[in-house]
Amino acid sequence: MSPRSISTVFKREFQSYFYSPIAYIIMTIFLVITGWFFFSTFFLAGRADMRDFFGLLPLILAFTIPAITMRVFAEEYRSGSFEILATLPLNKWEIVIGKYLASHLLTIVMMAPTVIYAISISSVGSLDWGPVFGGYLGAILLSGAFTAIGIFSSSLTHNQIVAFIISVSICFFLTIIDNMLILIPGFLIGFFQYLGTGYHFSSIAKGVIDSRDIVYFLSLIFIALYSSYLVNMEKR
Amino acid sequence: MISIQELSKFYDDVCAVDKMSLDIPEGQIMGLLGPNGAGKSTTLRILTGYQPPSKGTIFVNGLDVRKEALEAKKLIGYLPESSPIYPDMLVYDYLDYISQVREIDKSSRNSRLKELSGLCGIRDVMHKSVSSLSKGYKQRVGLALAMMSDPKILVLDEPTSGLDPNQIAEIRNIIKEIGKEKTVIFSTHILSEAEATCDRIVIVNKGRIAADGTMEELKSSARAGQKISLSLLHANQKDAEKILGEINGVSAIRCIEGDGQLDFTIDAAGDLRAEIYHAVKNSDWILLKLLQEQKSLENIFRILTTEGN
Repeated sequence: MSPRSISTVFKREFQSYFYSPIAYIIMTIFLVITGWFFFSTFFLAGRADMRDFFGLLPLILAFTIPAITMRVFAEEYRSGSFEILATLPLNKWEIVIGKYLASHLLTIVMMAPTVIYAISISSVGSLDWGPVFGGYLGAILLSGAFTAIGIFSSSLTHNQIVAFIISVSICFFLTIIDNMLILIPGFLIGFFQYLGTGYHFSSIAKGVIDSRDIVYFLSLIFIALYSSYLVNMEKR
Repeated sequence: MISIQELSKFYDDVCAVDKMSLDIPEGQIMGLLGPNGAGKSTTLRILTGYQPPSKGTIFVNGLDVRKEALEAKKLIGYLPESSPIYPDMLVYDYLDYISQVREIDKSSRNSRLKELSGLCGIRDVMHKSVSSLSKGYKQRVGLALAMMSDPKILVLDEPTSGLDPNQIAEIRNIIKEIGKEKTVIFSTHILSEAEATCDRIVIVNKGRIAADGTMEELKSSARAGQKISLSLLHANQKDAEKILGEINGVSAIRCIEGDGQLDFTIDAAGDLRAEIYHAVKNSDWILLKLLQEQKSLENIFRILTTEGN
């Protein structure tokens, strides 16, 4: 695995998002939804914090990130361009990681404008910056996990819609499992709570940075990317 | 240079390539011919490392394409069927990207792109997006992509499909030009093309090699049979058919009567011109024409690929 090959793949993939209007459309939709949901209740609550924003973020990411990642491998399989990519002197790991980094950077770029919310809140009230930094760190880790899952789903099929549905299902399941714990038998609660992203994300978003939560997200990313790598190796 | 050893490939139960063995020396232009579904593309895909073989393997310059895939891929330039290039990129950006993947030095990158765009005739479209190109131009961009790193081996899967005659001639010339120094393997089902460009022709059918050799070797192979045309004057159709039919080796005779002469087409196992001449000499017919038809590659192809059907 060479960093040079990864960066070549990464650059092309990241640019390719901007050849078509997809990136702009998804970013706009994301900002409209988060902005509307957040500010519709912000002045009613009258609190100078971003807790509501970070409470809502995982659910919105569970729908927007699959839309970003669905084309990553599926479109290559469908158009046949994967045949060129796979016969270039590139390692499969270099392809998977290059594509992952490009998609993850796009999700970070997509979330970046929401920093303006924090800045504008801090001008109207005294904002505690700790949970905000924690929230953004959590958002980066969470979007990384969702991106990896999206890339894995995309490598399973050559239909973008199928890839989208698979990754939304997985991301949505991991997001809402936290709220479904009442339905689960008592002795399994601990396990399922630990499995879901909500538990780990909310503790980071509170400003508590625990290595266990970081390890959880990093292992989720690794497992999803490794599965994608295996699927790519075994394809055909 | 390339050594295919006992290669087999199964798709579920379907056998696409069946224990194929083939050696291709350096500097040869080899044409891979066969009907649809004969296993041409599959063989090329295994050679380029896109698909794994079910059994057997291929060595490229002594490198196993399975175990030393990365090193082997560096030696091979590959143009897949119908050149599936990213449609949303500009031609220049795309070729620049390929040059980066192929690790061409930054200093020589621009001169290489210029050289290739001149060779493949794509100077005028470098600033256009791939999706706006015609099929012929796309194929040429694909050719430039395959030749980017000046590879020792060039593998082209149906490089001329869907092109007009002028473009076919151009691509043929490019292949001939490259083939002077490099090993070129290309698949096609246009026979005249293989005839015009290849040093060696391999015909595959149902995953097996049906014929292998130069154009002349294939044409003189006895298996294909001969066709003789004969025109006689003052002959009686029945007598003539009877006498000719008695010659050893004649398998079928067709006769057309016109202008007071008889035109025969005779299918024979070998060269029977001498026997036919003697038969005509012993009667009082007048011989107007006796001709052994040059077998076309089409005939050989049809005979070899329909055997056993």
